[in-house]
This record gives sequence, C-alpha cells and structure tokens, in this order.
Amino acid sequence: MCGIVGLFLKDKALEPQLGSLLTKMLITMTDRGPDSAGIAIYSDNSIGNAKLVVQSDTPELDFAGLTDALIEAIGAPVTMKIASTHAVLNVPQSALETARAALKTINPALRIMSRGGSLEIYKEVGLPKDVAARFEIGQMSGSHGIGHTRMATESAVTTMGAHPFNTGDDQCLVHNGSLSNHASLRRKLRREGIHIETENDTEVGAAYLTWQMQNGATLGEALESSLDDLDGFFTFVVGTKDGFGVVRDPIACKPAVMAETDQYVAFGSEYRALVDLPGIEDARVWEPEPATVYFWSHADQPTQEKAA
Amino acid sequence: MQTLDMADIALREMNATLHAQAETTNQTAWEIVNPKGAHAIACGLDAPIEVTVKGSTGYYCAGMNKQATINIKGSAGPGVAENMMSGTVVIDGDASQYAGATGHGGLLVIKGNASSRCGISMKGIDIVVHGNIGHMSAFMAQSGNLVVCGDAGDALGDSLYEARLFVRGSVKSLGADCIEKEMRPEHLAILANLLEQAGADAKPEEFKRYGSARELYTFKIDNAY
Repeated sequence: MCGIVGLFLKDKALEPQLGSLLTKMLITMTDRGPDSAGIAIYSDNSIGNAKLVVQSDTPELDFAGLTDALIEAIGAPVTMKIASTHAVLNVPQSALETARAALKTINPALRIMSRGGSLEIYKEVGLPKDVAARFEIGQMSGSHGIGHTRMATESAVTTMGAHPFNTGDDQCLVHNGSLSNHASLRRKLRREGIHIETENDTEVGAAYLTWQMQNGATLGEALESSLDDLDGFFTFVVGTKDGFGVVRDPIACKPAVMAETDQYVAFGSEYRALVDLPGIEDARVWEPEPATVYFWSHADQPTQEKAA
Repeated sequence: MQTLDMADIALREMNATLHAQAETTNQTAWEIVNPKGAHAIACGLDAPIEVTVKGSTGYYCAGMNKQATINIKGSAGPGVAENMMSGTVVIDGDASQYAGATGHGGLLVIKGNASSRCGISMKGIDIVVHGNIGHMSAFMAQSGNLVVCGDAGDALGDSLYEARLFVRGSVKSLGADCIEKEMRPEHLAILANLLEQAGADAKPEEFKRYGSARELYTFKIDNAY
C-alpha cells in the first residue's frame, strides 16, 4: 500500500500555497505509507537555468566545496541551495548534461534526485510529516506538484527506494501498487543500456518510461504502452514540466480519486486527502477509469504530446 | 435528532455510541457531521436506527450493517456496505469499488455510479444502482439481485452462481458463464418492487436479465467429491 497526492493549479493566486496544500494532503496519507515520503514540486525558473537536486547521507561533508568543484569542472556559473540532505544546484541549461556527468567524478557518493528546468524532487525515509518539515515543503510555491507516501512491499526502505522517481528532464513518476515482471524487465532495460540503480519495482517502471521516450515515444504513448508491457498493479501519477498525468492498470484495484474546480485539479489515493482543499465541497469528484491515460497541462502543446 | 460531530469526537467513540443503541432505543435518528472521508463510519450497527452521514465517506462505511438505515449525503469510498446482513444503505453520490461486496441481505441503493466489482460475491443482498457500474461487477455472485439502471462495464457476472442481474443500458461484456436470460413475470415483479424501494424512475420492461449458464466446473456433478 502507498499513498499518492497531486495538485495542479489553474489559479495562479494559489501558487504560493502549493507547498502547504500538498504537505497537508501528504500527511493525511501517512496511514497508507509511513516509511518514506517524497515530493516533486514544479516552479518557474529563470529562463536558461536548470536545476540538479542531489542527495547525500553526509551533507556537511559532501556539500562543502561542491559549488567550486562543479564550477571548475563545467566552466560555468553554479549556485547551490542546501535543504537538509538535499542540495539544489542551479546551472545553465546548456551545461546540465556536463554537470550531471561531472558530479559522478567529483563525488560518486552523491545521488541525483532530479534534473530539469523547473522540477525539484525531495525524498527521504521517515514519516511524511518529518520529511515535509525537514525540507520545508510547506513554504514552497509552484505551479504543480506530486507527492508519495511509501509502505514498501517490493524492496528495501531507503532514500533511493522512495518516490518520486526522475524519469527524464522535468519528468517524474510515483506509483501505488506492485509490478510483478520487474526482474525480467530490469534485465531487458539494462541490456538496452538504461541505468537502473536499485531492486525497486517502481524504478523499473520509471526506467521503462525513460527508455520508451528515448526511442521516440511521447510521454502519453509511453504510458499507453506501459498498459501492455507492465504486469502487476499500478496507479501511476507522472509529473511533467507543464502538468501531470494519471494512469491505472486495467484491474484498477489501487484506489484513485480526482477533484476538479476552476482553481485546480487534484489527485488523492483517497478522498480524505482532498478534504482540506479550498472549495472541495463544490468540486467535481470522480474516479479515473481503468486503462485510461489522463493529462492536465498548462501548455498549449502539452509535454506528453511532444516526442522526446 | 442526535448529532455526532467528527470534528469533536474520535471515530471509535462515534461508532461506540451507535453500537450502544439497543433494539428498543428511543434515540432512533442520528446525524454524523464532518465525516471528511474517514474510514469505517457507522460500521457494525445492529439496531433499528436511522443514521445520516452529511458528507463523503472513506473505506468500509456501513460495513456489516444489521437493521439500521444509513444515508450517505455524499459519495462513498471502497467497500461501502460490505458484508451487509440487513437494513438499508442509501448513497446520494457515487460509490467506489466493491460496493456491497459479500452482502448477505438488506438493500443498498446507489443514486450515482458504482465503480468496479460492485456486488462481488454477493450472497443475498439487493443492490440498486441508478447510474452505471464498473468492470467485474457481481463476480462470483451467489444470490440476491443487482439492478443497474445505466450501463455495466466489462466482465459482468463472471463465474456467477444464482444471483439475478438486471441491466437497463448496455453491457460492455459478459464474464465467463454469464448469459442473458428470459425475463419472466416473476422477475418483472421482483424488479418492480426493487425499483420502487430504491426510488428509481425506470420501468421493469426496459431491463434485460442476466444469470449463470451453469456450465463452469463447479456446476458439473461429476466434479463433486
């Protein structure tokens, strides 16, 4: 069992409250996943800049001098903002790939949580309220975000086993369920050259989407094909630069509730995650259909329709 | 009317108060406010009382109900009225998956739509859905009646035993061993009675009846021990 929450804001006036609204939703889902929690938050960034979020178990040691080392390695300006075990590195968009590669040489112990122009992923082991407090999620603003509370069934309770998983620039995935063909799919994807770090089933799901998109599929197409290629139970919520998407397996035994008003579209594993949202009494509330891909987007041409 | 406010009292206290009502209680009308999607609201009741929940509920509302009438003025989460024995549960909104699962008796009315697995393994309960139902509904249903005024999803009545299924709209697909059956006068009478009890504005003649073809392994006498 796990808990998923998601909030896509239509009303810009709510953007300063995104973090606090998502935090409340996340904490309500503690019963569904008390062992780890994570959040992916999307906020505007100055044009031409990209963010790399890195994690370390010994932040005092690993983050000291990291900015200088990275500036030297990529020959471009870098700024760093530390939040507990995570650090957000701001680099020029054009230097993102070089910076990502350079980090491996500078300090192989650093784990990359996310990369992209607007995405930041924060995740750790612990109760959702503690994880949210550690990163001050409640203070964050943004246009949309998704969160996850984990009750591990398939692999160890670790930072890297927590969700969301970064699947590509500005893309991430959270999962409620369990994939039963993850071992064979992991072998296949590794043969295709896709990096998969852990024994976690969801990481394989994320890697699968990445692989599909590297081969020219749009995010929407990748999700459609996941219905054929992934065996097991899943409710997936994916985050993109300009919105989020939802897909449930054809059996659809993992719960999902959506609510929409003029101000937002919200996702919760259960209705109670949504009860504190403004205007929920008059929202349109429904369950997403099985084996159906849904998207909400701020953009005229949504990311899911663009080929990678 | 007694009011229980879930903003003030804990779930267990609320349920314990309702459980404490005896067969002969004079406090027959109860109202639960601020349910906010909480789980297990008004579960395991066993008294002829009427409980109105003012809002939407989470998992297992009205589970194992006996005698009581429970009205939900909102939508219900998974497993509403699961294993109901008797009494009545009426949901004004939609119901999530496995509504009325394994129910032995009583009447469950869903005025909106029901999601997947509605009436799964039902054992005598009557379920009337004003809207549509999702896939795998009435899977292994043993007895009772499932009435659907709208459409049914995939695999309706898979591995059905003796429950009667009545659908007014379309059926996306029938499950294994489920077939359309002749509507006889006794079925029209059952249907008319259930539609009236459920306040559903539909005519019995508009429905089709589905039931078991009795062709699966369990129905073959040679497979008996």
